Amino acid sequence: MLEFSDVLAAWPLFLDGLAFTVFLTLVSCTLGTLLGIACAGARLHGGPITRGIVACYVEFFRNTPFLAQIFFIFFGLPSVGVKLDSTSAALLSLTLNLGAYACEIVRAGIEATPHGQIEAAESLALSPWQIFSRVVVPPALGRIWPGLTSQLVIMMLASALCSQISTAELSYVANFIAGKTFRNFESYIVVTIIYLALAIALRALLAWLGPRFIFGRLPAGALK
Amino acid sequence: MNAFSNWDIIRNLLLAVPWTLALSAIAFIGGSVLAVTMLVLRLWKPATLGRAVHWYVQLFQGTPLLMQLFLTYFGLALFGVDTTPLAAATVCLILYACAYLTETWHGCVISIPPGQWEASASLALNLREQLVHVIFPQTFRMAVPPTVGLLVQIIKNSSLASVVGFVELTRAGQMIANVTYAPFLVYGLVSLIYFAICFPCSLLGRRLERRTRIQY
Repeated sequence: MLEFSDVLAAWPLFLDGLAFTVFLTLVSCTLGTLLGIACAGARLHGGPITRGIVACYVEFFRNTPFLAQIFFIFFGLPSVGVKLDSTSAALLSLTLNLGAYACEIVRAGIEATPHGQIEAAESLALSPWQIFSRVVVPPALGRIWPGLTSQLVIMMLASALCSQISTAELSYVANFIAGKTFRNFESYIVVTIIYLALAIALRALLAWLGPRFIFGRLPAGALK
Repeated sequence: MNAFSNWDIIRNLLLAVPWTLALSAIAFIGGSVLAVTMLVLRLWKPATLGRAVHWYVQLFQGTPLLMQLFLTYFGLALFGVDTTPLAAATVCLILYACAYLTETWHGCVISIPPGQWEASASLALNLREQLVHVIFPQTFRMAVPPTVGLLVQIIKNSSLASVVGFVELTRAGQMIANVTYAPFLVYGLVSLIYFAICFPCSLLGRRLERRTRIQY
């Protein structure tokens, strides 16, 4: 009934799609997190106009579906002159979407900063930028790291939607193989298993990365 | 050559909105019923059924909804069930909503102090009476804000039903954009309509969160 031989014979294509998904995820997660931190800083320390613009951006991207955002950026923007190829459109949508969610998550972490930290930093004559980048943000990231990890995994899974604008990532390859071999169910099962493995791997990677490189707190007894 | 006015576009998009709302409502209600069942099973036999529910949640939270939809659509057809896009989308979204809802509600239940469980057990209440009279009334208040957030998430994820051919707001937008060659206007309107549906729910969730933050 279920025949995997045709589907598994196309394993190089699955690898290509996997590589592209990993590329999309890494680039958009990095840029999106940076954008989120910047927006959180703007929302907390900016003037009223800046705060209003960031609030509109965050609320718009958190209350509209990712599919509608992708379609608008890829199909709608060329009408006003901004023509993007599918990879750029996918990266832009993923980054903007993640930036909105990351802004809220990071803002929660920043607002939980004990005020004594900032007072101590000011008494050491650090500039506001130094205080933000060295004293406030790293511990804030440490506080919200589980929530941010979940959001990054959600973004990795959301990159599957980029197949709808013909970005050649893993879901696009699944559709392609399904169309070629007429083995729809088997193709999607293989890709689902790959996504599940990717989600587990991404979680493990972020759990390993965070304490070592982002917020500088090694677990007790761990080797570097 | 027919020219489509803006009113034609808006009117036809609004005609698709009830389908989005209906799909979201069915997914949320069906998911809630299934989620409560799974929650009770998880509390009744944590070692066996609880672990099974945990793996179910990990599966649905660790795979893209797009793949889940495709698997449901083609999988149901493979096993002989006549699948309309509505049926496949409904089944998949119910399972998806159930995974997130049961995980959220389980988190609320395990944050109830253990003393509540011990006190109710010492009053010779069985599990059903414990849940109905002691645990769930306290959990309900705590669970409303994240559940409203999940409702917004379900409304947004109903847009994916368009990829299996179910005609809701996003699919209607695609069809209208193809006919009118005005994707900027059409997809912009689609986004604004989704925003108009989801933003009040988000605000409601935030207001409920502020109100239920009272510590007791």
